[in-house]
Formats: sequence, C-alpha cells, structure tokens
Amino acid sequence: MKHVKCECGHVNPHGTILCEACGRVLQESEKEKQLVDMRYEGSARRSQTYNKTIVDKVWNFFSSVKVGVWLIVITLIASALGTIFPQEMYIPPIMPAAEYYEDQYGWIGKLYYDLGFHNLYSSWWYLVLIASIGISLVICSLDRVIPLWRALKAQRVSRHEGFLKRQRVFGVSEASNLDESYEKVKERLKAKRYNIREEDGNILAEKGRFSRWGPYVNHIGLIIFLIGGMLRFVPGMYIDEVLWVREGETKVIPETDGQYYLKNNKFILEVYDKDKDNQAFSEAIEEKGMVAKNYQSNVTLYKKKGETVAGQPPELEKVKDYPIKVNEPLKFEGYALYQVSYKLDELSKMTFTLGNKKSNESFGEVKIDLNDPKDRYDLGNGYAVEVVSYFPDFEFDDSGEPVTKSKVPNNPAFVFKMITPDKKEGEISFVAIQQTIEPFGDNEYKMNFSGIDTKNVSSITVRKDLTLWLIAFGGLIFMIGVAQGSYWNHRRIWIRRVNDEVWIAGHTNKNWHGLKREIQAVLEDTGIKEPEDQMQKEENKE
Amino acid sequence: MVSLSGNLLFASFILYLIATVFFAGSIKDKKGKLKEKGPNKWAKIAIFITIIGFISQLGYFITRWIVAGHAPVSNMFEFGTFFALSLVGAFIVLYYMYKTPLLGVFTLPVALLLIAFSSMFSRDISPLIPALQSHWLYIHVTTAALGQAILGMSFAAGLIYLVKAIDQSKPSKRTFWLETIMFGLICTLGFVLVTTTFSLLDYKAEFNWIDKNGQQLKQEYTMPAITGPNEGELLTAGKFEPLVEMPGIINAKKLNTVVWSLLSGTIIYLLFRLIIRKRVGAVLQPVVKNIKLDLVDEIGYRSVLIGFPVFTLGALIFAMIWAQIAWTRFWGWDPKEVWALITFLFYAAFLHLRLSKGWHGEKSAWLAVVGFVIIMFNFVAVNLVIAGLHSYAG
Amino acid sequence: MKKRRLVIRTIILLILGAAVAYTLYANFTKDDIKKVVVGEQAPDFVLVDLNGEEHRLSDYKGQGVFLNFWGTYCKPCEKEMPYMDNQYKQFKDKGVQTLAVNVGESELSVSKFADRHNLTFPIVIDKDGQVQTAYKIGALPATFMIDKDGKVVKYHTGQLTEEMIKELMEQVQP
Repeated sequence: MKHVKCECGHVNPHGTILCEACGRVLQESEKEKQLVDMRYEGSARRSQTYNKTIVDKVWNFFSSVKVGVWLIVITLIASALGTIFPQEMYIPPIMPAAEYYEDQYGWIGKLYYDLGFHNLYSSWWYLVLIASIGISLVICSLDRVIPLWRALKAQRVSRHEGFLKRQRVFGVSEASNLDESYEKVKERLKAKRYNIREEDGNILAEKGRFSRWGPYVNHIGLIIFLIGGMLRFVPGMYIDEVLWVREGETKVIPETDGQYYLKNNKFILEVYDKDKDNQAFSEAIEEKGMVAKNYQSNVTLYKKKGETVAGQPPELEKVKDYPIKVNEPLKFEGYALYQVSYKLDELSKMTFTLGNKKSNESFGEVKIDLNDPKDRYDLGNGYAVEVVSYFPDFEFDDSGEPVTKSKVPNNPAFVFKMITPDKKEGEISFVAIQQTIEPFGDNEYKMNFSGIDTKNVSSITVRKDLTLWLIAFGGLIFMIGVAQGSYWNHRRIWIRRVNDEVWIAGHTNKNWHGLKREIQAVLEDTGIKEPEDQMQKEENKE
Repeated sequence: MVSLSGNLLFASFILYLIATVFFAGSIKDKKGKLKEKGPNKWAKIAIFITIIGFISQLGYFITRWIVAGHAPVSNMFEFGTFFALSLVGAFIVLYYMYKTPLLGVFTLPVALLLIAFSSMFSRDISPLIPALQSHWLYIHVTTAALGQAILGMSFAAGLIYLVKAIDQSKPSKRTFWLETIMFGLICTLGFVLVTTTFSLLDYKAEFNWIDKNGQQLKQEYTMPAITGPNEGELLTAGKFEPLVEMPGIINAKKLNTVVWSLLSGTIIYLLFRLIIRKRVGAVLQPVVKNIKLDLVDEIGYRSVLIGFPVFTLGALIFAMIWAQIAWTRFWGWDPKEVWALITFLFYAAFLHLRLSKGWHGEKSAWLAVVGFVIIMFNFVAVNLVIAGLHSYAG
Repeated sequence: MKKRRLVIRTIILLILGAAVAYTLYANFTKDDIKKVVVGEQAPDFVLVDLNGEEHRLSDYKGQGVFLNFWGTYCKPCEKEMPYMDNQYKQFKDKGVQTLAVNVGESELSVSKFADRHNLTFPIVIDKDGQVQTAYKIGALPATFMIDKDGKVVKYHTGQLTEEMIKELMEQVQP
C-alpha cells in the first residue's frame, strides 16, 4: 500500500488530503482553494481509494453518502405513496380488497391495488429499501469513523501555516507583551473548559470532541433498532392474536400453551353526559352527538393448575381481577391484553310463550339459551316444546332452505314442534325474528315471542413482543447520539507564533457564531487582534 | 374562564401583530445608524411586546387546560395554536441568541397565520375519547409541536435567505418558486378571510346529495358552493347554486373550501402585483438588505440541529411509546405516523446533504422551506384529507 | 494488508446480506407459520362425543387418525361429511380412526346435523375452543392426518373429495 509521507514526518494513508498530524495540504487540487474542506478532517476514506474486486465495488456503493441520501429520498417518496389511500389493514372487511379499491376510488384505486400499494409497507421492495438503508448505515459509518478517529488522535499542536491560513476563522496579529497575554488567553480558555495542549509556544485548545462521535452513535442506535425490527420475524418473538370473549365466558388465552384463561365478567361502555360531566364539554357533545368516555372489560385472569390435556376442563387458579381499559392493558409474564373492540347486546337468551292462537291462552314459558339450546322443554300438563332445528345466524340459502351463516346467534331461528294434549303429534312452526311460518297449514298454537337477554362481547388483543426492549434500547442510543451530535460542538482554536506575529485560527463543526463570540471573549484586552471570518469577508467583497 | 381563555388568545394575536410592525420598523430605522451595535429601540419594544403576547397566550393555554381538565392539544384548533405558541417561544430564544429583529418580521406573521387558520376550526372544548386519555397525550403532542416549531424557525431563516439571495432583476425559476411560497402564505390568509366573512354573514346552505355508495345524505355548506356535491339539490332558498357538480368519490365540501382559498389568494396576490407592480419577493428584498447571509444560514442550520432531536423524541419515540400502550403496537403505518417518518427522513437527508455534500446557503434554504411544507402538509392535509387514527384531531 | 481488508469487507457484507435475506424470507413465509407442523407430534386432547364417550388422541396410538375440524354453517364441511362417513366405514377396521371436531357449536345443532346426514363416525365438540387454539384453526374445514406414532403427516384446508380422503387414509394406515 502506498503511504504518503508528509514533510513533517508523519506517514498518512493513501488518499489523505490534509496531513493527519500537521494539517499540511497534501493534495495538489486542494491547494488552490481559499479554505480547506474540513469534513472528516481531510482524512482518507478508504472506500474512495480502492475499487478493484466486486466486494470493493459493492462496499463502495453503500459507502457513498450520495447513495445513502438517495435511499432516504426514495424511501420517503415510497412511504408517501402508501398514504394516498388507506392500507389494506385499515379498510373495512366488507368486500375483498381487490374490489374495494376499485369500488371506492375508481380506476386509480384499481391501479393502486394492482401495483401492490395496498400493502406497501410489507412489500419486498420496501423491505429491501429499509434494509439497504441499514447496510448503508453500517458501511458509511465504518468507513468514516475509523479515519476520523485516526486523524483526531494524530493531530499535532503546531499546524502548518497553509492549514491555518485556510481556516474559516483566521487572523494574524502583531502583539507586544506576548507572554503576558498568552497566560491570560490560556486561563480564559481553561475557564471555558477547553483542553489545552502546548508545543514550542504554540497552543491547541480543543473542546467537545466527543460531539464528533454523535452521528456514529446514533447510527449504531438505528442499526440496533433495525435488528429489533428484524427479530420480529423470528417465530415466538412477536405474538398478535385477537380473543373475543362474551360476558360470563371463560376462554383460553391463545399462544400461552393453554396455561392462562380469561374470564370476561362485564363489558362497560360509557359516553360523556352533557349534564353530569364537565360543563365545558357540553357544546362539543351537543355538536358531535355522542362521545365515548370509556371502553372497559372487567376480567379475571386464571392460571391452569397442574397438567391437563386440551379439551379437559382445567382446574383454574385465579391470578387477578383487572379492569382492562384503553391505555391500560393487563400485563402478565411478558403478555399484554388490550381492550380493542366490542360488540354490544349480542343475543344470549330468547323467551317464548306457548299460546293458543284463538283464545290467547298461555301454557307456559320457554327460555332458550341461544348458545346451548335444549332439544325439549317440558311445560307440564301435557304441554311441551321440541326444538327440531336451530339456526343461530339464520338466512335462506339459494335453494330456499333455512341455513345458518355462523355459530354466533346474530339472527336466531327455530323449527319448533309444539306438543299439546289435543295435538299429541305436535304442530310444526318455523320461528325467526319477526316472522312465523307454518309449513304444514294453519296451526292452532303459536310460539309468542316475549323477550330477550343480551350479553356484550369484548374483543381483546393478546400481545407479546420480545423485541421491545431491543427496539427501546436502539431508540435510546439513537437519541443519545443525536443529542451528542446536535447539542455539543467540537471547537478548536490554534494559536501559533510565526516570527513576531501571532496566528490564530479557529474551527468548529457548527455554530460559528458561538465560536467567534468565544474567541472574542478570550482575546479581549490581550492586545491580540480578533481573527476574521473569511467567509464573511468574501461575501462583503461581492 | 372559557371566555377569559379566549380573550387571552385574542390579546396575544393582537400583540403579535403589533410586535410585527415594530420589528419591521426596527429594520427601517437601522439604515441611518448602521454602526450601532445590537438591537435598537424599536426592536427592544418589539421583543417586549412579543414576550407579553407569549405570556398572554401561555395564559390562554393554562386557563383552557384548567377548564378542560386536560392539556388543550387534542384537536385542530388547540394543536394549531399550541404550534404557534411554540413557534413564538422558539423565536424568542433564537432572538436572544442571535439578536436579529429581522427574524421576527418573518416568524410572527407565520405564527399569526397559524392562530388565525386554527381558529377557523371548531373551538369547542371537547372531551377526550378513551384512546386519548393518557398523560402521553401532552407529552407526545407538546414535544412534537415544539420540535416542529423549532424546525419551523429554519423555514423563517430560509425564507429570509432566499428573499435576499435571489436575484429579482429578471424572472427565473428561483423567483417563480419563491413567489409560489408567498402565494401559499397568501392563500392561507385568503382562507382565513373568506371563512371569517361567511361566518360573519352566517351563510348556511343545505344540500341533499348522493354519496358514492348511492345513499342519500344531507350536507351543510358554510360557504357558497362553487363545487357542489354529487347530484346535489339545494334545500335552502335564496342561496348560491353550485357552479360545478363533483362525482361522489370527491368530498365536494372540502374541495369547495380549497377552491375558495385559492381563489381569494389569487385575487389578493394579483391585486398586490397590479398595484405594486413588483414580485412579493422583490418588495421584501429591501427589508432583508442588512442581514448577513451566512448568519441567516447558520440560524437556519442550528434550528434544524436543535429541532431535529426534539422532533424525533416527540413525534417518533414518544409516539411509539404511547401507541404501544394505547393501540397495542408501537407502529401501525397510520398516515400521520408515516408523515412523521417522512418528516424525519427529510431532515435526515437535509443534514446528510449539508454535512457530507456541502449543501450550504441557498440549497440549504430551499430544503428548509420544503421541510416546513412537509410539516404543514402533515398538520393540515393528513388531518383533513387522509383519514386515519389521528383524524379525530380534525 | 490488502487481503485482510478484502476478507473483513467480505465477512461484513455476507453477514448483512444474510440478515436481509432471512428477513425477506421470514416476511414471505410469516403467513404459513402453523402451530402444528407437519412431521411433529400432534397436540394431545380429550373431548367427549355426542354419545358421552371420551376420545383421547393419544389413545389411538398405533392407529392412524383422520382429524377433521368443522362447523355446521360451513358448506364445504357439509359436502365432505358423507365422503368421510363412507371412508370411515372402509378404514375403521384397517386401523384408521376418524375424529370430527366441531368448533364449539351447541350440542343441539351438532346432533341434529349428525342425524340429518346419518353420520356414524365420532363427533366431538370443542366447547371452549381449547383444541382449536392448540391446533390454531382458522379457515374450515381443516384436516390433519396423524400417523400411528402420533405425528402429523399431512395438513389440508378446504373441501376434500372422496378420492382424496381415501388417499389420505391410506397414507396413515399402519
């Protein structure tokens, strides 16, 4: 490997622009410039100097900040595209997605669906984009942090004149009484928390170097965050299940290996009351009609005792009672149960009375549990009702036969056989909500609907996310890195004696205003002239 | 208490208006005494008025909080005014850091527009739906708003930079885009004026219309309908018949508001051009004559540097923590979340371009302007146009 | 020196590439992740049939089991039931047992359904959903073929033809 030996004796890696030690300009093209480019201290980024094998080429591709910025911009545009129409997960499940987009948004919607934008954020190419940003983060950081670290470590106190002259803040001053003012300057720099190094009467005052590591720290944070996101795909790390539980029902909690059970004691829905709640809300409530105040499921969490096989009635031990509300999930052993949805007033029981159509005389009441109806209800005195067929979620199918759409009693219907002392064979009647059909001619008896019992159903999301701590850790590191890089500045002031003159140069990675003010305060009344901002000088000339 | 709160907000609005005039005056005055260091008398009065206005608006915020029992950051009006409050706060801090009255001339009008714009939406104190009942509401929203406000300062600085740096002697792409920004600001003003006018006139016109699912619905317009609803039928007698009928897929009422804003903005802009016979940018140019470009550039860059971490913390990290608690997952690709991510990515690109590609000065100023457009898009369009979990904020 | 750099770069790129490849692969297969994996032991369960008789999966060790999850409201389930019944009669003495697990409907609905279709194979009802949770049942009908060692040999969702049922049963015949 070719090395570049500077006149000061320091050996620099190939491609170095400014000598790591003394700052002498090593590249001819750079000598033309009025000000030196201080990015990465003029150190050699290796990626830019070797380009031979495929591996090097791939490496160099990802090492380019230009590529990184493009990746960011493309991701940005892609993300925006995904918000034009709602993503598939947010559309109501009333029809297949393919039809929904066309139905709602016309041909643009269809195009949107055909391009796969309805599931953009989990598409392979979006994942590839994010992954490329991740790779770019790793390689860009590695390629820059090492040379930067070398250069900052190798820097010498005495800098080459050419280096000082080409700093943005630079000034030459003739000063008498130098030793005295030197002491003053050093003291003031120290008071401003500068680290001071001296060599042959030259000074390098430096502070806040650690802010230079900020970008790399935040990149590490981002990489950890991305690894956390990746772990989500590892089976068992992430659980997302929905559990519907009726009031009074006890159900096994999915993904807990049958170890935990949940009983829903009560579901509560509260709305704001314009008279009882805060008077300030009354106008808003009036305008909006109804505003929900609370969704809450009072549940009991049980743990199974001993070993049972699925299907066996388990022996349950109560763990705790808990009101699950929005924003207040029930947490246990890495699981969290959230209140996410509900269904009010699901039918649970229906009551009928058996009566004579003509006389209106009643012969007793039948209360049917819609989730577990009996096949015969005896009313005594020779009266009885048999359930011949039961359709919890009734509809007529294409051939006109009564069928059930699901097992949920949304629209119960029955075929009853009414047995009475005078009709021992029984009369058949088909009874659904608000309709009665007598398939075998006019009956004498009738099942009169007399009432319903309802129950609410809570929808609980079962969540376990073992990647959270890593994601949170990545976020924390990122924030530390960003703060470190944003809220601190790396400032350096070089003071060098050249014959009878004092040369002062200053550099900061940002906030030049602050640096200038600081130099001004340090040099006040020392007889040393304040250096000038060469950028402003140029501008004023224009 | 509710009326006190409203009055305090109104007072702060007037105070900001007066302060803007004083800030503008301070720049005129400076011409004669260039050598005088630091802010002059006008500027001192201006910043004093600004601070009184800020305190007054803080008073609005606190009293409204007390009345409502929750931090007033839960709808369009409350968020917008808080955004303005943060913007003024950020300005006051930057003013003392850089002693530049000129920044006030550009920041305070933006804050004024924000307050006026937000006041066009329902100002009722609304109760919180269950998902919002959390301390994270104000931790997340206030931090995000503060971050956006600090980033907004870079917009003000960028605007100053562009007004000064762009050559107004002949029309170019740059003058065109600068005028576009000015036009955007004027349209916001147009929206405020039109809405206020018609609400003072108490304009109400009811329509029967057919939505995209073929259902017949009623809709009330508070502005004369330029774009009428699908198969709309005007029910209120003596009101304006729509000029164009929209298909059911488009929300004609919102579009109508947009059309009115653009129309009024265009009229104001054209009148301005007709009378002054100069571009808005050219008219503003003398105001910024004395500012140093690299100082404005630095103010813009520092605002981004200070604002970016605050924004990330508030709009992404705190948002994720809350989403994990309220919605079972920390990220759900909801439009508002996505646009917060887009803002984050945009400013990340901004910083990389500046640090590695040397995009200083004018390029950086353009980026700052685009960044603010994205923030505003997230505030306005995502709330009003794109539906999502955050749309109750509208 | 140069060689070392190449080696380090290659290793880093390989690690990154592998991570990305895994993530993409996992993302595409995430919908296929099943609780019950072919080749592994089928979760044991005990359920009671319509005649009050207890059926424990592990009691059928040494026999093949045709395990079918169904509901009365599920049309394809209804269609394949007669085929299942025919094949059940063929195979029950050849060491292949049939178990039809109803997904927790009322006993009345299930027994009326069984009567209507004259079903002779044992039908059990998973009242509280424990068995469905253990097998992670989604769409119906779902059929698992379990061999004589209690291992899942095959998994199928959707309606089966009589021919398919026959083939499946032959597969697990001891």
